[in-house]
Amino acid sequence: MPKYLLITRGTDESNAAMMANIDEMMATTRQFIEEMVKAGVLLAAEGLDDPGQGVVVDFSGEAPVVTDGPYGETKELFGGFFLLDVASKQEAVEWAKRVPAAPGSKIEVRRVPGSDEVPQVDK
Amino acid sequence: MGTADIEAVWRIESARIVAALTRFTGDFELAEDAAQEAVAEALVSWPLASPANPAGWLMATARRRAIDAIRRRTALQDRYALLAVDSAIDEEIDPDKIDDDVLALMFVSCHPVLSPEARVALTLRVVGGLSSEEIARAFLVPVPTVQARITRGKKTIAAAGVPFELPPAAERRERLGGVLSVIYVIFTEGSTATSGDRLLRPDVAYEAIRLARTLAALQPDEPEVHGLLALCELTAARFPARTGPDGSPVLLDEQDRRRWDFSAIRRGLAALAKASTRGLGPYGLQAAIAATHASAPSVEATDWDRIVVLYEALGRVAPSPVVELNRAVAVAMASGPAQALAIVEELIASDRLPGSHLIPTVRGELLARLGRRPEARAELELAARLCANQRERSVLLRKAATLS
Repeated sequence: MPKYLLITRGTDESNAAMMANIDEMMATTRQFIEEMVKAGVLLAAEGLDDPGQGVVVDFSGEAPVVTDGPYGETKELFGGFFLLDVASKQEAVEWAKRVPAAPGSKIEVRRVPGSDEVPQVDK
Repeated sequence: MGTADIEAVWRIESARIVAALTRFTGDFELAEDAAQEAVAEALVSWPLASPANPAGWLMATARRRAIDAIRRRTALQDRYALLAVDSAIDEEIDPDKIDDDVLALMFVSCHPVLSPEARVALTLRVVGGLSSEEIARAFLVPVPTVQARITRGKKTIAAAGVPFELPPAAERRERLGGVLSVIYVIFTEGSTATSGDRLLRPDVAYEAIRLARTLAALQPDEPEVHGLLALCELTAARFPARTGPDGSPVLLDEQDRRRWDFSAIRRGLAALAKASTRGLGPYGLQAAIAATHASAPSVEATDWDRIVVLYEALGRVAPSPVVELNRAVAVAMASGPAQALAIVEELIASDRLPGSHLIPTVRGELLARLGRRPEARAELELAARLCANQRERSVLLRKAATLS
């Protein structure tokens, strides 16, 4: 079955809004995660640290170049993910709508192809 | 919102809505009917205007339909009962109770008063949130057959006066075993389709895995629930390697193990660790066998001695001719075909698996390895005649042909 990755993308403003209510956010997120576990669909979930704390390893040149984060000029930065095992894209979207996300943030829904989709080569 | 979006919401909400309504009304049949009416209404009205809160809309509508039904029934007889239900039904879903309610729902839909087919259909319908059409597709039966099974099942539950509650402690373990076996039947239908032209139906197996995960979340202290989940995950992990590009079956010894789903294997091993706290039960033992395969780089490098020991243990806790036959296969790998053939001959003598293609399949295989080619071919041809899955049958015939 296809899996879907729900990628949370926050802006500086939405991250600040989230940090202002961090206790409440943590509680609702925990409840949301539990709901997905009980529905039998959650495979993994993590939240990432402040993008400013990250580093970027750039492979444009001959040798990888390491620079301090955040990554690129993007306004909405990858802040965390939920990996779901659901029956359909619509179901992934329905779960995405229920993510307790801060106003101004976005959730990107991406399909994870199964290993059965890799073309087989005859031996 | 389109049909697929509505179905997606329903899959998420079905168990909770039917469970909560059954608790409010004490009537499983009425609750399920009311829930289905709510979905039918959603299919008509949501494409025109999507509600702001689809889950809340479904619950509120189902609740209203339940109250309507109770009103019709009790209009003349018992207005007080109606008032009591009316106020109870207005309560919000209690998050502390809903888990027990969903669990109670699983026990009802897998209740021993139901026929095995009705248990499967009702569980997929009310707990899994599948439509009759989806269940019919999963089990390759006509839609009216599924509908009849569900209708009859609901009547049986009502007629038997099955209470909506968690089974009492004395029956709990046995009833849980009943729930596990329903989930396993669904999984098996997906992992070795008993009929039809496809060997695997991963979407059907997925429904079972999802149900097993739900049960594991609701009953985290039951080792066999984790054992079943481990077995399903580890078996499904091999699906990508189990069929060739043309859909024909690829047996374990010829599978490209790089195609196995390694995250499913990891999940399976994690579930198996939770299953083995107090000695493994039948599902845990089968999962341990699957885990031994999953951790082996090749057939030759597999710990066959361990697999033989696990099959011996399985034969003690859950004796069955199929287990015995699998033990024979493992013995053949660990100690050679002659010893294995003796086990198979004993099985044939006791006639415990009459009419199954499995015995001649294994016997033919063993005879071939012993160089007794004409006997082997006759045996594989017999297996092909008895086998109902077209894909498996053609593999057997191909093998038989190589022996002439």
